[in-house]
Amino acid sequence: MRLGERAGLKPAKPMRDVFGDALLEVCRRNPRVVVLDGDLGNSTKAETVRHAFPERFFNLGIAESNLVCVGAGLAACGFIPFITSFSSFLLCNAYDQLRLAIALSNINAKVLGSHGGITLGKDGPTQMGIEDLALVGGLPTFVMLVPSDPASMHKAVQAAVDHVGPVWLRSSRVAMPHIYPEDDCPFTIGKANVVRQGSDVTIIGCGIMVAMALDAAAILAEEGIQARVVDMHTLRPMDKETIVAAARETGAIVTAEEHLLTGGMGSNIARIVASTHPVPMRFVGLADTYTESGDPEDLLRKYGLTAEHIAAAAREAVAAKR
Amino acid sequence: MTVTDQSVDINALKELARSFRLDILDMTTKAASGHPSSSWSCVEILTALYFGGILRYHPDDPWWPERDRFIMSKGHAAPALYAVLAAAGYFSRDLLWTLRQVDSPVQGHPIQGLLPGVEATTGSLGQGLSLGLGHVLGGRLNGLTYRVYVLLGDGECQAGQVWEAAMAAAHFKADNLHAIVDYNKYQETGPISREMALEPFIEKWRGFGWHVEEVDGHDIAALIEVLQAVQQVQGQPSVIIAHTVKGKGVSFVEADYTFHGRALTPEQAARAREELLR
Repeated sequence: MRLGERAGLKPAKPMRDVFGDALLEVCRRNPRVVVLDGDLGNSTKAETVRHAFPERFFNLGIAESNLVCVGAGLAACGFIPFITSFSSFLLCNAYDQLRLAIALSNINAKVLGSHGGITLGKDGPTQMGIEDLALVGGLPTFVMLVPSDPASMHKAVQAAVDHVGPVWLRSSRVAMPHIYPEDDCPFTIGKANVVRQGSDVTIIGCGIMVAMALDAAAILAEEGIQARVVDMHTLRPMDKETIVAAARETGAIVTAEEHLLTGGMGSNIARIVASTHPVPMRFVGLADTYTESGDPEDLLRKYGLTAEHIAAAAREAVAAKR
Repeated sequence: MTVTDQSVDINALKELARSFRLDILDMTTKAASGHPSSSWSCVEILTALYFGGILRYHPDDPWWPERDRFIMSKGHAAPALYAVLAAAGYFSRDLLWTLRQVDSPVQGHPIQGLLPGVEATTGSLGQGLSLGLGHVLGGRLNGLTYRVYVLLGDGECQAGQVWEAAMAAAHFKADNLHAIVDYNKYQETGPISREMALEPFIEKWRGFGWHVEEVDGHDIAALIEVLQAVQQVQGQPSVIIAHTVKGKGVSFVEADYTFHGRALTPEQAARAREELLR
């Protein structure tokens, strides 16, 4: 079954293509936006800007440390740089630079980490960003955005430009179906969106796992379990209010992320729940493992990231309420 | 104030350099930590840049978009930068004596945004040249013709990022980017030649497409001359290899590289003061 099909979601084009469109759009609107590429513009789709605004596009080659600091220098000159590459290359080659030149300096730079998660598929685990959110978590001044569909990607890119300060934006190679109407969705940094109402359990997802959570909610509804689904598009600052309300009103929480469970979204939500309104929780994500090359759907199934896995976790959490 | 006066008094600059050495001594001795020897080796370089008519800057308008940039990439020499910026009028000298104390903007290594005149957060070595290239590209987009000066440590040039930046700066023909290497021949744990040799150093820079000059890094007149000369280079970035002495000015520090990461004791400081005032 296609992702989002159970929930009745319309298919969409790959998120990286949506990012390319959104980036071009903000470049059109704001002449201060510049784009830096680590020679992957054809993969991240930042190349849309290379064609439209060549003077505002810089390919720094395969040298991420230099890439990040050149971006920081441009930000110091009043530009709004989008520093773009695969998340794994940026974070693993240039963490020191992200830390000093951007995070500690509180510079107004935007970093696009593409190919987050395992759904890039066939290129395999060397390219997959399964630890990106944990690593950005270690850069405390960064706002962290994980869009879940085309409309939210457009809004996230604009929100990143509007926010003054460091922003990390996760993008993916995979297509994510439309959660929201095609041109619009609510998107306030730090304010999660409740995309399905329910009172028995809350599934909090980010990125591709929001559509999957809606599929899971459709499965659970057939069993008489009404799941609330939350799109946690901002991982920092995290929307404590929506999390606490979910704990109080539904009494059980499942988190779902295309990321290592260690250091990911779920662990941060658990900290909030544990210190405010403890309720049974279950966590869907990657165990402490690397994955492998393969078709994205096969990988999601093998490594436990499907609607069925989320539904099973929800049943457990609901059972634990009693 | 814009310092563009070409008729500089070299003897006055030497006295100024002496005062910076004393400030560095007092700051690090009071803080009982810091890197006095790495700071002393670059005092004349900073004096020539800020007071020898090289840098254009307005302390009253520290982020004046057309200012020349100075990036202290060897961030552990922060005391030298702070002493010079205070003398240039960016902030009160009183702040110098709060180095490394809680609630002070005068951090152990420079932090961008805390003090006027501090262009970059540095202290993890290797980042400054890339930041400088970002300022060059930003200046081009803004239609401004300022120059960007980056002070590198010699040990710092072991970092791969320096050469990533060197390659990119040549690619972008960044002829308003000027690196200065404080080549004092020692890194934290010993002589550069023993720990991780840089030579043939000039050939490396040339191979990356840079114009190279060498100078005695304690000769202020020679520094001013070479800093003016590299402004004429077109189509390629330039680097000045400044031959310096680590701990310059204090004989027993010059003779002992283990002073890299430690301050002088009060007794040593008294002896150092005597030597510096001689």
